[in-house]
Amino acid sequence: MLRKSIAAAALAAFVIGVVSGAAADDKPLEPWERKENHVKPPKDSPLDYLVSGYWFRTPKTRALQDDDFENPAFLWVETAEIEWTKVDGKAGKACASCHQTAEKSMKGVSARYPVYSARDKKLIAVQHQVNHCRKNYMKAKTWKWESDKMLGMAAYIGLQSRGMPVNVSIDGPARPFFEAGKAFYHERRGQFDLACKHCHQANFGQYIRADFLSQGHSNGFPTYRLKWQKLGSLHRRFRGCNNNIRAIPYKRGSPEYTNLELYLAWRGLGLKVETPSVRQ
Amino acid sequence: MKVGRRVLATLFAAAIAAAPFAAQQAVGQGKAPVVKYKIVDEDSIPESLTGKPGDPEKGKKWAIAGRLGHCIACHVMPVDQPYMGEVGPSLVGVASRYEAGQLRMLIVNPKVINEDTMMPAFYKADGFHRVRKAFVGTTMLSAQQVEDIVAYLMTLKEEEKD
Repeated sequence: MLRKSIAAAALAAFVIGVVSGAAADDKPLEPWERKENHVKPPKDSPLDYLVSGYWFRTPKTRALQDDDFENPAFLWVETAEIEWTKVDGKAGKACASCHQTAEKSMKGVSARYPVYSARDKKLIAVQHQVNHCRKNYMKAKTWKWESDKMLGMAAYIGLQSRGMPVNVSIDGPARPFFEAGKAFYHERRGQFDLACKHCHQANFGQYIRADFLSQGHSNGFPTYRLKWQKLGSLHRRFRGCNNNIRAIPYKRGSPEYTNLELYLAWRGLGLKVETPSVRQ
Repeated sequence: MKVGRRVLATLFAAAIAAAPFAAQQAVGQGKAPVVKYKIVDEDSIPESLTGKPGDPEKGKKWAIAGRLGHCIACHVMPVDQPYMGEVGPSLVGVASRYEAGQLRMLIVNPKVINEDTMMPAFYKADGFHRVRKAFVGTTMLSAQQVEDIVAYLMTLKEEEKD
């Protein structure tokens, strides 16, 4: 009986939807609904269109991102810019010793990360590569994932791809990692028994309490999140989501989260890199 | 609607301030062993989980409180609260659409009715994936809290129109 009433309610909602759709001309579309802000999704995408998290935020938050002098993330970026040429470690090298100017050498790098590393025989994020360089080439101490230095460096490297479309590879050796990330996205977890898809695929553009749900793209990370009052990594955001639904989070930089990072990047394939973005 | 949300932001701050109280009450509430219940017609639990009637006043509290029912996170309800969610159907007049047993089933475990729903099961203690240690073996609501919420929802009748 309940099944029938649910079906009836769904039908009623559909009819109302059609009617209100016809009358929708009266109401201006929200920024995230506007066609000019949409990007064509990749082949086999479950989404009809892609729209950056930027367009789900308030005009005030967007304005902060639009102006590099106002964007607080640039405090970290500027420190990283100095770090880039600073010699550190026993090998007497700086990033610039091998990579010269970041503007040239790092252009487009973050747009194609995470990548499969034949050297490590696994999927790696930008942060993994930074620490690989520090440990093996600079003979310097590695940085913690969520340290100010690592966040700043990841944002500084990301900035060199700003405006370029997200362009990760999911073929060849990256494929199994992509599939694992995809499985993670669709798997229910925690006492709330939710998967990523429940909020970010089925319900973007809707409120859950005070949270306005976006499509959950990764093109702005590391991001300056107003709630955090600092720059933060994508993996920190994953941990927050997992904690909220009462699920055991994984470690930052873990294979699980790196796989998910690849799957998310593919879901946002073609969106422009916005690092360092500002979010709510 | 947008403007209203912003205006009510201060009220929301007050709600956050009240949250620790709700959290305190939540501790231990769902740790008792899950009582057995009987599903009828595949969509209803006609009998009270506790054998006692629910208290609609308390039920209203649990329905609003973060960390407990927190129904307003996803459902619009006829209460004076900011930031009510919209991913679930409105609960305004819900008693005119469902029987008490059906509402009890939906709160206890809505996946019995729709396995794809995003609504959590509020009275289920196991069968989950990677639950945080603090919540292992617990239910989101106690049996009596479920009854209180059912009693409250049953007061939400659609107003009859002339």
